Amino acid sequence: MIFQLWMPLVLAVMIFLIGLMGVIFRRNLLIMMMGIELMLNASNLLFVTFSKIHQRVDGEVMSIFVMAIAAAEAAAGLGLVIALFRTLKTVNSDSIQLLRD
Amino acid sequence: MSFEIDYSFVAFIAFATIALLGSLMVVFKKNAVSAAFSLILVLFSFAGIYAVLGAHFVAALQILIYTGAIMVLFVFVIMLLNDHHTENDLEKTGFLLKVVTSLSLVALGTILVKAVYSSADVHPTGTLNSDEIIRLGGSVQVISEALFKDNVFQFELLSFLILAAVIATITLAKRGTKSSKNGSET
Repeated sequence: MIFQLWMPLVLAVMIFLIGLMGVIFRRNLLIMMMGIELMLNASNLLFVTFSKIHQRVDGEVMSIFVMAIAAAEAAAGLGLVIALFRTLKTVNSDSIQLLRD
Repeated sequence: MSFEIDYSFVAFIAFATIALLGSLMVVFKKNAVSAAFSLILVLFSFAGIYAVLGAHFVAALQILIYTGAIMVLFVFVIMLLNDHHTENDLEKTGFLLKVVTSLSLVALGTILVKAVYSSADVHPTGTLNSDEIIRLGGSVQVISEALFKDNVFQFELLSFLILAAVIATITLAKRGTKSSKNGSET
């Protein structure tokens, strides 16, 4: 067999679904954020592969933008997790019930 | 009898296997630290896949930004929180919810695979194949021309986004210390 360009596309779909599974199944906020990172990486792989298929470079530029946004998202999200841990002493997403009376 | 081995195929299969197993370990590992290290493995193998695809600059940035910056942040936060009582939160999700979610994810995956597979053999709209990129001066040259000529406005907007994220993170971090120390900062 030889390497064809549909293979990374199928791999990206599988990684995206695994990341989505992590966000849905887990209750640990840190591991939910890791699932989000997996989904962002899968979209990056789609961007780069489609940029190779179309023989343009715009997809790679867009994947660099996605990387910068992922860095900003990780910083802000982990700041939120730390603030939450200071308030509730846990990182379980089921225990965030501050608005319920 | 001579058939040549496609080395990029072998490399892709190796990296894809590592990525799939690692991402399953991220989702199903109980401990957050081992999940983070599995995620580092996944990100490295993604960099390898980018290199197989010929996007060398994106592969270097993947290692620098993701495994160098983001994952260090993750590991720092995990060790800072030091949440020892790692209950098995995977078992808290109900069995029916797991079954229904898995079935709907399989359905979504079927649709997505069909969509990407049918769009994989389109006629290329550009002219930048690998020989042309080498002739123009390499991956870094071509990407930086596209980034700083055509997309320079979006690039500058991105710096404002990162500035906003930095200010938000500092605000979140400072507010916690003030309330816990009763305003007596050292």
